[in-house]
Amino acid sequence: MNEAAAKPPKRSRQLWLWAALILIGVAMPWVFYDWHTARQSGFVLTMMSQMGMMVIFSLSYNMLMGQSGLLSFGHAVLFGLGGYCTVHFLEAAGHHSFPVPLELIPLCAGLTGLGFGIVYGYIAATQRATAFAMITLGLGELTTTAGIMFHHFFGGEGGISTDRTNASSLFGLSYGASVQVYYLILAWTVLAALGMLFLTKTPLGAMANATRDNFERARFMGYDPRRVRFLQFALSGFFAGIGGGLYAITYEIVTYDAVSGALSANVVLMTYIGGATFFYGPILGAILITLLQSGLSLLSNAWLIYVGVLFIGMVTFAPSGLAGIIGAHGPLARAGRLGRLLVPYLRLSIPAFATLIGFSGAVELTSFLTIGEAQGKHLVLFGETIQVWTPQPWIVTAILLIGGGIWLRRECRAFARIWDDLNADLKDRSL
Amino acid sequence: MEAPALSLKNVRKNFGPVEIIRGVDLDIARGERHAIIGPNGAGKTTLFNLISGRFPISSGSIALNGTRIDQLPPQNISRLGLSRSFQITSIFHRMTVFENIRCALLWSSGYRYSFWSPLWTQKALNRQAEQLLDELNLASRRDLQAGLLSYAEQRALEIGITIAGGATVVLLDEPTAGMSHSETEYAQALIRRVTEGKTLLMVEHDMGVVFGLADRISVVVYGQVIASGKPEDIRNDRAVKEAYLGALTE
Amino acid sequence: MEIVLNPLLNGFVYGMLLFMLASGLTLIFSMMGVLNFAHAGIYMIGAYVAFDMSRLIGFWAALIVAPLVCAAIGAGIEVWGLRRTHHNGHIAELLFTFGLFFIIERGVQMVWGMLPVPYRVPALLDFPLFRLYGVDFPAYRAFMLLIAGGMLLAIRLLLTRTRVGLIIQASLTHPQMVSSLGHNVPRVFTLVFAGGCYLAGLAGVIGGNYQVTEPAMAASLGPIVFVVVVFGGLGSLSGCFVSSIVIGMVQTFAVSIDGSLADLLGPIVAWIGTDNLAGEILSIPVSRVGPLLPYAMMVGILMFRPRGLMGTRDT
Repeated sequence: MNEAAAKPPKRSRQLWLWAALILIGVAMPWVFYDWHTARQSGFVLTMMSQMGMMVIFSLSYNMLMGQSGLLSFGHAVLFGLGGYCTVHFLEAAGHHSFPVPLELIPLCAGLTGLGFGIVYGYIAATQRATAFAMITLGLGELTTTAGIMFHHFFGGEGGISTDRTNASSLFGLSYGASVQVYYLILAWTVLAALGMLFLTKTPLGAMANATRDNFERARFMGYDPRRVRFLQFALSGFFAGIGGGLYAITYEIVTYDAVSGALSANVVLMTYIGGATFFYGPILGAILITLLQSGLSLLSNAWLIYVGVLFIGMVTFAPSGLAGIIGAHGPLARAGRLGRLLVPYLRLSIPAFATLIGFSGAVELTSFLTIGEAQGKHLVLFGETIQVWTPQPWIVTAILLIGGGIWLRRECRAFARIWDDLNADLKDRSL
Repeated sequence: MEAPALSLKNVRKNFGPVEIIRGVDLDIARGERHAIIGPNGAGKTTLFNLISGRFPISSGSIALNGTRIDQLPPQNISRLGLSRSFQITSIFHRMTVFENIRCALLWSSGYRYSFWSPLWTQKALNRQAEQLLDELNLASRRDLQAGLLSYAEQRALEIGITIAGGATVVLLDEPTAGMSHSETEYAQALIRRVTEGKTLLMVEHDMGVVFGLADRISVVVYGQVIASGKPEDIRNDRAVKEAYLGALTE
Repeated sequence: MEIVLNPLLNGFVYGMLLFMLASGLTLIFSMMGVLNFAHAGIYMIGAYVAFDMSRLIGFWAALIVAPLVCAAIGAGIEVWGLRRTHHNGHIAELLFTFGLFFIIERGVQMVWGMLPVPYRVPALLDFPLFRLYGVDFPAYRAFMLLIAGGMLLAIRLLLTRTRVGLIIQASLTHPQMVSSLGHNVPRVFTLVFAGGCYLAGLAGVIGGNYQVTEPAMAASLGPIVFVVVVFGGLGSLSGCFVSSIVIGMVQTFAVSIDGSLADLLGPIVAWIGTDNLAGEILSIPVSRVGPLLPYAMMVGILMFRPRGLMGTRDT
């Protein structure tokens, strides 16, 4: 039985998980189908479409971050340029000078992404580590500024817009309804994810990992790390371009936002929070952040603060992200000992919840003090309006935050002890 | 006459004003097992770094099988069939042991930068990697992250990565450093086995290993070769004894 | 003459402001290996805190207090944040400050709102010092030069005359050596980080009313400061100074030049026409290309000389 504990999870089980995820993707529009109006929920469709593009985008980013150890601060450039080109493709299609069906336009966007990936990669791949981060930051700012400045290609500050129904379709679809676009995105997401998964299993993918771990040793094995970086960069441009193409098809407008530093920053957050050391990490990250973006942003003015704090927490305490946290439970789960963590987790959750309430209370109270007041809004909780200028809510918040924090720290230590004991025990048995 | 496997002619290297390697001449015949010994700071590792292309030389020339290599970057030297190990273990920590070995096999198996051939279908390559793991006695650690191996296992992996690519000239930098007595014996046998038929140049402090393995020995002191010859000659060389032991007791 | 002298003066003022930010960043970067993304965020905090304080206790008190607040924040970041991520490597530290910048930016928006705040030049300095070819040179800019110059002098004295300064200097060029000298490295790190943040805060106090105090000020200045540091080269404060002035000049001069490439290449442009991208690139006035130049300079220097203008180490 101990043999089983040392083995990685079964392939078939992983396959089932993937299949389930795709199935959820397929079913989602119908789960939120409004039978009265006979329409899908626009909110859900937009969110799911956004998720699809972001999954592609962050997976392509992870070809650099997780797989090659390259920190790019300008990845949105490849995404956005793919988007800009797609708008031009669609416009050309409107003039009947671009006879490619809409289903294949993302592929064209990918090819333009590849082209830009080759150009930018040729420049950026000369460097690694911090210099690479800086050079990509510079390229990103350069492109964003150019996007605002030039009108002919980028449309200046207003961006360029198009009509996706310009293009023909392989299946005779009009793509007027967003549910059709959603399924197109879903199909491309699956294809792109499979493509990137395939790349990790090729010699280039293996050498990308090798140069990440020890670029000097890779040289003494006959490989030029610069060439490896360049190829990874260019190929990741291909997939980012597909994402950008889908973005242009969905929103029918591309502005400099799509190449901007903000989007580049976003993909860093998504990928890292999801877990850069695992292939599926960025998928989790993209889904989670898009969910937060769609859900939390409706509830709170300050939702980006929560994302930022989550990110910093991950950097400090869980450098391998959500996927890493899940993965760490693997050995225990396979040994059938996950149940032992139930009580510790419950004990952990109470102070964690208190601290969370305290923290979000502090953030929200502050936000209503300033932005809320400016907008004439009031903080309403359980049907009661909270007076943010009175001391009571602040005191409650402070008690929750500080008290909960101290309690949480103690519980964390206790939890770490139990965790270590369980894993040590597991190790002893398997030896 | 056949060109020597490795030939150094008046190789010099200075870092700023300091000359670390002060004119080294060394010829190593094909198939020879050659050990370099000398006190700490004599420039042995620097010599390795120069031969393998990690640092550029200041003057002189280095030839591998008759081809000049002193202006080439490390990857090109490696492609010509020279491979090296590192004194400080230099493996791919976050990859599995199997992946480490397989990566080392990739270039020489002709895969280059391929992003179209899925590795799981490359039967010959995978079989070769498994075989090498068996030889290194690491088969049971196949799927473990290399960073989690014990020290001696990491050293074995280091040697494995070095010889995997089928290099004809192998440079080993203190392969047994930091090993216990029994581990050293094991490593010595391993080195003998895997370098069969190859040219071996090694830096080593353990005299047991040196005299057990080497066909010839060179003594480097202060960036110069002060003696070169068969083990028994070196053992009895007066100058070596004085210089080497003198330097050791300094 | 007039198209040279005025931009020259203003470029110098802007360059000195950049230098106050960049010197702190380069000290932190060279010594700890951390590219502090939050640096411009601290600059912004300095400006906002100074704005609040100048209404409560006046500008001159704010000039003293606000940078100290920033230094305290910096010390806090180093002790409670960076030190914990240190063992995960430089990339983790970089990402930490990156996340911090994110939070600072949103936090400032939350506390002070999305719109610019009316942070004004103190009345005492709000007069033109002299006129140059019909353009006023405000006294406040002279005051900025004074502060920045004083700071430059203070850093120099601190680095050359004090023990801690000597350790810092040594570690700029030989970062791995210092820990072996037996000095309390964590404390020096905290000191350097706090010091860098003090400079950023001070730059915020005097820069906030020179430019505009708004939530976007950090995001727009931050990348420029990186450009300065990378362009000047790691481990070199003089390189940092030179590149601050150069970038300051480049940006100011570009704005004042109205011509475009088309003016030089007249006939070619006429042949291409201005109604396409190539024509547009050629005919765009240099004054509008200004924002592009620093990034182009950074990309260029990283490609061909990764150690920067006067640096001693690769970036």
